[in-house]
Amino acid sequence: MANYSAEYILVRYGELSTKGKNRKLFVAKLIERIRQRLIDHPALKIRYDYNRIYILLNGEDETKVCEGLSQVFGISSFSVAVKCDNAIETVCEAAVELMSQEEPSTFKVDSRRQVKTYPMLSTAISAKVGEAIFNARRHTVDLHNPQILVRVEIQENDAYITVKTHKGAGGYPVGIGGKAMLMLSGGIDSPVAGYQTMKRGVEIEAIHFAAPPYTSDQAKQKVMELAKKLSIHQGRITIHVVPFTDLQLEIYKSADNTYAVTLMRRMMYRIAEQIAQQRRCLAIVSGDSLGQVASQTLYSMQVIQDAIRMLVLRPLVTLDKLEIIEMANKIGTYDTSILPFEDCCTIFSVQNPVTKPRLEYVLKEEKRFDFYPLIAEAIANTQTVTLTLKSDEDAIF
Amino acid sequence: MQPAEEIYLDHVSSTPVHPEVLKTLGELLPIHYANSDAIHSAGTRINQLIQRSRSVIAAAFGVSAEEIVFTSGATEANNAIIKGIAFANAHKGKHIITSSVEHASVYGSFEFLENEFGFEVTYLPVDQDGRILPEVLKNALRPDTILVSIMYVNNEIGTIMPIHDLAKIVKENSRAYFHADCVQALGKIPVDLENVDAASFSAHKINGVKGSGVMLKRANVPFLPLISGGQQEMGMRGGTPNAIVNILFAKTLRLALEGEAEHIHHVRALKQRLIDRLSTLESIVFNSPSEGCSDFILNISCLCVPSEVMMNWLNQHSIFVSAQSTCSSKTKQPSHTLSAMHLNQKRLDGSLRIGLGYTNTTAEIDRFLDVLEEGITTYGKL
Repeated sequence: MANYSAEYILVRYGELSTKGKNRKLFVAKLIERIRQRLIDHPALKIRYDYNRIYILLNGEDETKVCEGLSQVFGISSFSVAVKCDNAIETVCEAAVELMSQEEPSTFKVDSRRQVKTYPMLSTAISAKVGEAIFNARRHTVDLHNPQILVRVEIQENDAYITVKTHKGAGGYPVGIGGKAMLMLSGGIDSPVAGYQTMKRGVEIEAIHFAAPPYTSDQAKQKVMELAKKLSIHQGRITIHVVPFTDLQLEIYKSADNTYAVTLMRRMMYRIAEQIAQQRRCLAIVSGDSLGQVASQTLYSMQVIQDAIRMLVLRPLVTLDKLEIIEMANKIGTYDTSILPFEDCCTIFSVQNPVTKPRLEYVLKEEKRFDFYPLIAEAIANTQTVTLTLKSDEDAIF
Repeated sequence: MQPAEEIYLDHVSSTPVHPEVLKTLGELLPIHYANSDAIHSAGTRINQLIQRSRSVIAAAFGVSAEEIVFTSGATEANNAIIKGIAFANAHKGKHIITSSVEHASVYGSFEFLENEFGFEVTYLPVDQDGRILPEVLKNALRPDTILVSIMYVNNEIGTIMPIHDLAKIVKENSRAYFHADCVQALGKIPVDLENVDAASFSAHKINGVKGSGVMLKRANVPFLPLISGGQQEMGMRGGTPNAIVNILFAKTLRLALEGEAEHIHHVRALKQRLIDRLSTLESIVFNSPSEGCSDFILNISCLCVPSEVMMNWLNQHSIFVSAQSTCSSKTKQPSHTLSAMHLNQKRLDGSLRIGLGYTNTTAEIDRFLDVLEEGITTYGKL
């Protein structure tokens, strides 16, 4: 076996490169997010130049660092560079061995010499390494469109080789695009909506409506668990748990029950808007997907949205349920989402909710009771918790 | 006379609890007393901690959380896996294979299946080092073989079995599932679970608490629970979970794995110190193999003093070793591992197992050797 060791990780940030003036800000944010995600690896050293970030492993576990990096938004791809001595035989041997771990594919070798005194030209190095890989009879050469680009960099005493390119999570570093308030129900959709929003560089806080004693502590815990899963992408997350029972009971007592869901959603948005404003959020994010339930038809969305002025983002609006489930599985929230605890939407469900609500009728129904004090009370009694990647509980493990 | 400081050289049987595990135990025990299956907050809090422990353990072994089941210890894990897999797969065949040097809980489970349920058991012989040779296993496999269970490290003499090769042979040449009893391997040698379908682990052998074990069973392996009960442990092990020890297993495992390299380094030097001096004693022979052996176990025979006499002598000097597996210590039978290696009667009668731990010191080893030598001089008759 060739004598080499994983040395550093080369991080590329594709979409960022196009952002001219803001670049410095973007890179600084990205590095902050990388540090935050890799907080368990204190020995890492991070350097950067114009279009790359270099993470020196410094003895930290390569696999774990890669796993963490793949969850950081703003990274388009990254590669692990291994270090070996710069004798051409060693370089060839190491390259062959690294390539033997890859699926059979087409490849090309690209070489650079930092030291021009090296006895071979870059093209000759590429040819020699390429020949060695080819002779192992696993991969074929394609100089124009290779599936794997093998990079060799010869330095004074060492050589660096990168083979495998890991796909990054894409998007922008979280926080670069401001902050939004995610309506987090505990279902399958809202965590995915939160993920998509974070991916575009927007930090999120979450708001959850609880209806104790109709909803259980377990339902609340489930939401905390979901929020925690989302928090790995931004280092921490703040959750606002709003006691919604009194408002909900009042709606069912006073208004037309077929409109109860519409009214309930309007109340939720009113509360969310106020808390979002207090928390300097620029938008509300909802997991609505067109037509999924009565409150998610175009008619309903329109009437519900009418209750507030703040921008509402619906990242999943055109996705099918199966597509959302696939994404939830990928981001690891699905298993938690399907835990069978009642939330405040399922517990008060009515037989025949209206799918085409009319705004005039809604406004009339809302006049039947004075909801403003109830909204104020719900906001006043809201519990706010911030979850971080590290918690006191960690000491147990 | 001032009683001498105690020297504990029986870490194969059990180990002292790690101070950090003990501290966490002390913190958890007074507050987390609710039933973890209860749906009130007191219960769910605990359940969350158990699930997190399960995830941490799963990650350490590179499996998913549903493949980790908490048990009362490795004996239960071995019983559950062997009987559970045998019963669930009996329709495919009733031939099962184990070795002749297994721990009593494995051996006993196979005898039980053989005597009470009509399974046909092949007990594989071992070579002079107490090792199963891959060819021997290959030849024993049959179309109706459904389960093979081989220990990772022998608990009496420390022989490391070629688990990687054995598991591969089973996968390539049969439909059988492969189980490895990893009790003496965990934290002492790197554990390789490739092609291993089920494995058993114990906390108190790695400086955790007693009454705490884990069975690892891959999701695709058909299984019937040994302990029927409620919904606990994904239906694979009934009974109110022993919440605190299940939570502690994660930390116990983490500490053992984090310290593994350092522990091996330390204990290897102690073992070498033992070997160096024992080699000069004419009446001592080594039963542990010189190659492919755990650094934590040294089995020797004193040809001129019977085990029992030597153990009593050492015990008088507050030095604690075993003569054979502690789980078989109540029988007068000689060690079945040593018997399986066809050692002569003198070696069987005079065997001692020195179980090293990372808390042992060179001073302790030296005093043990002094006392042992004194015992040989006083009571030995060659």
